[in-house]
Amino acid sequence: MASIVEFRSAAYAVNGRALVEDISFEMESGETIVLLGRSGSGKTTTLKLINRLLEPTSGEVLVEGKKTTEWDPIRLRRRIGYVIQEVGLFPHFTVERNVALVPTLECWPKEKTQARVHDMLALVGLDGGRFATRLPRELSGGQRQRVGVARALAADPSILLLDEPFGALDPVTRSEIQKEFKELQQRLGKTMVFVTHDMREAFILGDRIGLMKDGKLLALVRAEEFQKLEEPEAKAFMESCA
Amino acid sequence: MNVLDFMWGHRTEVAQLTLEHIVLVCLSIFIAAGIGFPLGVLITRRPRLSGPILTIANAVQTIPSLALFGFLIPLPFIGGIGARTAIVALVLYSLLPIIRNTFTGISGVDPAIREAGKGMGMTDGQLLWNVEIPLALGVIFAGLRVATVLCVGIATIAAAVGAGGLGMFIFRGVSMVDSRLILAGAIPAAALALAADLGLGAIEKRFSRLLCLVLIVTSLVSCSRPDRIVVGSKNFSEQVILGELLAQQIERKTHLPVDRKLNLGGTLVCHDALTAGQIDTYVEYTGTGLTAILKQPPVNEPAAAYQKVKDGYKSRFAVEWTEPLGFNNTFAIVIRKSDAQQYNLKTISDAAPYTAKWVAGFGYEFIEREDGYPGLAKAYDLRFPKPPRVMDLTLTYRAVADHQVDFIAGNSTDGLIGAFGLVVLEDDRHYFPPYDAVPLVRDALVMRHPEVLEALRGLGGKIPEEQIRRMNYAVDGEHKDVAQVVREFLETIK
Repeated sequence: MASIVEFRSAAYAVNGRALVEDISFEMESGETIVLLGRSGSGKTTTLKLINRLLEPTSGEVLVEGKKTTEWDPIRLRRRIGYVIQEVGLFPHFTVERNVALVPTLECWPKEKTQARVHDMLALVGLDGGRFATRLPRELSGGQRQRVGVARALAADPSILLLDEPFGALDPVTRSEIQKEFKELQQRLGKTMVFVTHDMREAFILGDRIGLMKDGKLLALVRAEEFQKLEEPEAKAFMESCA
Repeated sequence: MNVLDFMWGHRTEVAQLTLEHIVLVCLSIFIAAGIGFPLGVLITRRPRLSGPILTIANAVQTIPSLALFGFLIPLPFIGGIGARTAIVALVLYSLLPIIRNTFTGISGVDPAIREAGKGMGMTDGQLLWNVEIPLALGVIFAGLRVATVLCVGIATIAAAVGAGGLGMFIFRGVSMVDSRLILAGAIPAAALALAADLGLGAIEKRFSRLLCLVLIVTSLVSCSRPDRIVVGSKNFSEQVILGELLAQQIERKTHLPVDRKLNLGGTLVCHDALTAGQIDTYVEYTGTGLTAILKQPPVNEPAAAYQKVKDGYKSRFAVEWTEPLGFNNTFAIVIRKSDAQQYNLKTISDAAPYTAKWVAGFGYEFIEREDGYPGLAKAYDLRFPKPPRVMDLTLTYRAVADHQVDFIAGNSTDGLIGAFGLVVLEDDRHYFPPYDAVPLVRDALVMRHPEVLEALRGLGGKIPEEQIRRMNYAVDGEHKDVAQVVREFLETIK
């Protein structure tokens, strides 16, 4: 079985300055990798190489065995769920239409889309009857974040990319939503790449943790083995957690 | 007071000039919006152009209006004396606020929102019409409002080039040093400007939601172009069942909407419809594709026949033969079960000696075709004493069951074979070429929707002969609903 996502010494540079370089790893289906690193370490750039929001300037990135540059970018992105820190819900769309975005773009029949939206809202713990017709500004931060996850899951993508999705939440909500998300993750069995700078979050959610610094992937190890790493950067993160 | 008296005294002229003024402004704004809005959108897409375009629009604005009219008069087509020149000038003046506000409004949309949309797989057009423009609408509208007010003011100068409008009063008043005349032009012009501003403001408030909705509704229809997959079939039961099968398989695997154009007539109609793009997919049989369409001699080895049609269609018609469904709808020599048991007949060779006492009955097609009766008689040395009776294919089953004829050529997949107590004789000399059923699909569709090909391939090998015969009988013999029969079958396979 070929790996579902694969980086082959992929690099991305702007004006000759490398934002990430020599990234290589493979992911199995159903696995969650957490990319951990400080701001500017190249985590988000790595993520965007997967859904072709960026194209590698050297090396290659493969999704389901096919180079991202050979995928039709629109088709590729509709197969990959995407959640970003600022959530990016459309402020003029109701919750229902936000969640229905990809099914609508894919021309699903109306009843099916509607049923799917309600299922997805239920999945992330929101009552469709109460929330479907609200606008994003009428929701709390945590609720918006849940809607963002529901939207990413709506077209049943096999891969989910999450870029610090819980970064803007207060610590209590954040820890609640992390726990719920962990359960959701176990239930759905999606392949996920999760970006964070929070060590705790990485331990809760990751099967493997990828440590990034200055555009390089320093280590990619199982969560249990992370503590044994000799990298000073790993130690720095361990200390931040202690 | 005497200004109002004067205006009342000249009310028809005031009304006339006000109307001219309004027409000038409306036409100019309409044209300016038609040019400025697309330009504004363009420079959000090509940021490199934004500098030059905004600079030019800005520079135009700094030209004094009288000077601009002066420049325009000697120019051919757009210049001269009259309303046309005035409109050109007014359009030029109105462009800047419209372009700039469109640009700022769209650029001002939260990048996170844009990135989320792009990351979810929206095309640039969908992002623009569904997200960016609705969110920028307030700012764009404000630009239109500024342009309109500006235009009402500048249009008074248009009288200088003979375009009419309220400026007529003003210019006349200036030259006659009559302040009543000047005010008779200036007051309605100011009122017009105020009214335009307030009116557009009110529209903006009340209708921005509505406008936004209209935009979204009209543009969401463009969900990746409402691509409907059109499934066709020939005009007999098995084909209708197979057409329905493709349709339901595509619906359940891809969520794309499907149109059914079943019962299309014979092979040639389906083929022409497919190559003309009127249908996207239908089920064809290898032997038919090879002889009837590619006009090649029959090939007796099934895999070789499949490969040959696959290659031939690919290069000649850009049509893909997907996986064979698993059954061979060939001609089948059929006799009564009682005869078969009495004389112990298993193959056509076994039966050949008895043909001297038998009567044959065939459908029209079988009599005519090269791979039909003439060849069969030669291959097996059949010696019917009388020429075969020719009748409609479906009647032959009844005819043989009723002892009117003894030997018929039916379809191997026909449900009536079992239902009428008949048996199929084995084609032991492999006379009939294979007619493996295979869904065809246009390459053009596969490019757009590779998942359709996946869905059709998923049916490969899933329908053995007993299965198609059972479905054919459920429809022909038991008169069940085709869609229902297909649905029940699809539930049994993953």
